Amino acid sequence: MENLKTNKIFISGDEAVAHGVRLSRPHVIAAYPITPQTITVERLSEMVENGELDSDYMHVESEHSALSAAMGASSVGARTFTATSSQGLLYMVEAMHYASGGRYPIVMMNANRSVALPWSIYGDQRDSLSQLDSGWIQVYVEDAQEALDMMIQAYKIAEHAKVLTPMMVNLDGFILTHTYEMVEIPDQAMVDKFLPVFETPNKMCFENPKNMAFSSQPDDNTEFKYQQNQAMFDAIEVIEQTEKEFGELFGRNYQSMVEEINCDDADAVLVTLGSITGTVRVVMEQLRARGLKVGILKIRYMRPFPEKEIMALSHKIKAIGVIDKDISFGYEGTIFTNVNSALAKSNASIFKKNFIGGLGGRDITKAEIEKMYHDLLAGITSNNQKTVEFFNLKVETND
Amino acid sequence: MTNDTVLKIPRITPKNMTEKEFFYGHKACAGCGGSVAVRLALKVLGERTYTALPAGCMAAVGFIFPQMAFNTNALITTFPGVASMASGIAAGAKALGQKDFKTVCFAGDGGTADIGLQALSGMIDRDDDVLYICYDNEAYMNTGIQKSGLTPYGTLTTTTPAGKNIHGTKTNKKNLFEIIAAHDIKYAATASIGYPQDYINKVNKAKHIKGATFIHVYASCPTGWGTPTNTSIEIAREAVDCGLIFLAEYQNGDYKLNKNPKEFKSVKEYLTKQGRFKHMTDADIEQVIAYRDMKWERMRRNWNS
Ligand SMILES: Cc1ncc(C[n+]2csc(CCOP(=O)(O)OP(=O)(O)O)c2C)c(N)n1
Ligand code: SF4
Ligand SMILES: [Mg+2]
Repeated sequence: MENLKTNKIFISGDEAVAHGVRLSRPHVIAAYPITPQTITVERLSEMVENGELDSDYMHVESEHSALSAAMGASSVGARTFTATSSQGLLYMVEAMHYASGGRYPIVMMNANRSVALPWSIYGDQRDSLSQLDSGWIQVYVEDAQEALDMMIQAYKIAEHAKVLTPMMVNLDGFILTHTYEMVEIPDQAMVDKFLPVFETPNKMCFENPKNMAFSSQPDDNTEFKYQQNQAMFDAIEVIEQTEKEFGELFGRNYQSMVEEINCDDADAVLVTLGSITGTVRVVMEQLRARGLKVGILKIRYMRPFPEKEIMALSHKIKAIGVIDKDISFGYEGTIFTNVNSALAKSNASIFKKNFIGGLGGRDITKAEIEKMYHDLLAGITSNNQKTVEFFNLKVETND
Repeated sequence: MTNDTVLKIPRITPKNMTEKEFFYGHKACAGCGGSVAVRLALKVLGERTYTALPAGCMAAVGFIFPQMAFNTNALITTFPGVASMASGIAAGAKALGQKDFKTVCFAGDGGTADIGLQALSGMIDRDDDVLYICYDNEAYMNTGIQKSGLTPYGTLTTTTPAGKNIHGTKTNKKNLFEIIAAHDIKYAATASIGYPQDYINKVNKAKHIKGATFIHVYASCPTGWGTPTNTSIEIAREAVDCGLIFLAEYQNGDYKLNKNPKEFKSVKEYLTKQGRFKHMTDADIEQVIAYRDMKWERMRRNWNS
């Protein structure tokens, strides 16, 4: 660890993202406003105006164009940033697949927000989780500091020659975007050292003109998709390396694909994604103080997926619960589907349960989390609970 | 840029035009007018050009892996996103310190007047340094000749069949040129591959203007129009001569008709030699002529000539 200067300021999650982006020095920023992402793009505009940030801020007329413009800039080798949320993310879906297929290492911030109908500006994770198959690396952060740090890491991961894949940094709408925390702002010189200038062979230039973003025939398409998938798997090692290097330089370490909290001796583990981890940490500590062996698996990356970590964990524990601020209608929560697939591969016969709630911004309380842990512990001995349950439902159900 | 400085641009003619080809080995149909529009424009724009094409015929015939048909930098964009992706190219290259280059789009009528209009409007609004060329073959050709917003009245397409009840397309072409000009764009023009020198001049002019510019070029499509493959240039010329297509420019807030014929050639002749209009009755043709006359009356009244 180098001589760490501390430079903490009291800012919101959105502002932390803006600082992370500023420190990463993108050439081009193209974004369209949507609550609760707006503060990020407002701050970035101000930074461009006052000269703190030397970027071209493009006032595009839609999210589809925001991502298209970012792709255009990336296609000539520029570092790019865009940010969105919810309806905006869905509006750019065509371009999302285009960006990953074109291997443009764009970094995007997504403020997790519910998806209409009904309209809701508040948080859940249905927007980004519906896009797991779009070929983007997806990371979810727990607090504003992690949001800032992950912006910087995201460029390094996405732009790595073995990866060349766009990356989405997700933070929970309002809970993170609009709440304030003390956040350490890294030193620019150290960030420059960590994150070198973007170089890529995957670009158009006049020295070596190229045709890109072409069409393929059935004879070639599978091979392109195989390579794209392989790059995602290769990203795991790059994520681990990047995390390690970041920790050494900046003194903060997020443990890579997942963070395991008190899992080694745990009977029951709750799987979390994003800001809910903070509340679960508090409940877990309280239950530990009462002698209950409970832990947390904080999933950080949904793509690539931490299959290895989940399989390893399954042999240590007796029950696992997954909190999903998401529902794949007609089935179950998407995080649960993914976790369950890893569990099936490890042949672990442990108690599993999917807790669905927090949709459209409803708070998930400590009492509810405590009940989840109790359900899991009870499930170890008698399995008479539903596997998928909506918690804190305010309507009568007959099931 | 004033008209004076524009006049100083060295003229490009078939005599001094580069012999280099920047778009060849593609798989367009014989007699494809769109490919002529792309080929000529790239010869004017030259090597230091980034080219962006949305889904559509020119993209479909030019980038079939591994046979890439562009000798310049080029890429396909999403169907709605050509203007914004081109804007991004221009912005990215500028941010990287590149100078003395041009970014050009070649988009079809559907990709321009329908699905891509929003992004194009944004590009013009920002005055991004991009030349946007719409090659207009008056239908969604790449997907099999469906009606677009620039398909003219009466046209038979696969989604506007001509039967007893409905005689093909029921609506007129959108006024694309005026929609673009209404943005107060620095330079916009209409052209036809039937008048290649006029088209070349306009591309050349746009090349030397920094900021957003637009050219709407009429480009025949034998496959979609039901015309012989060896009459593409002729027919694109005839469209202008019979007054259904006009040659004009918009610059510094003024509209200008480049060609204002005293007499028009026969609309009926132009229409009936094309498979797509064969079903039209005399009354249908009268309606086309009445619409043409209304437009010309307005253009002559309001525009310079
Ligand atoms: C979002 C989206 N919708 C529809 C399509 C299908 N599509 C591809 S090309 C095309 C027609 C293009 O027509 P036009 O822009 O006039 O160009 P042309 O093929 O006539 O040259 C259509 C409808 C698509 N690729 N993307
Ligand atoms: S269908 Fe028409 S526009 Fe398309 S390649 Fe053939 S001739 Fe050209
Ligand atoms: Mg067309």
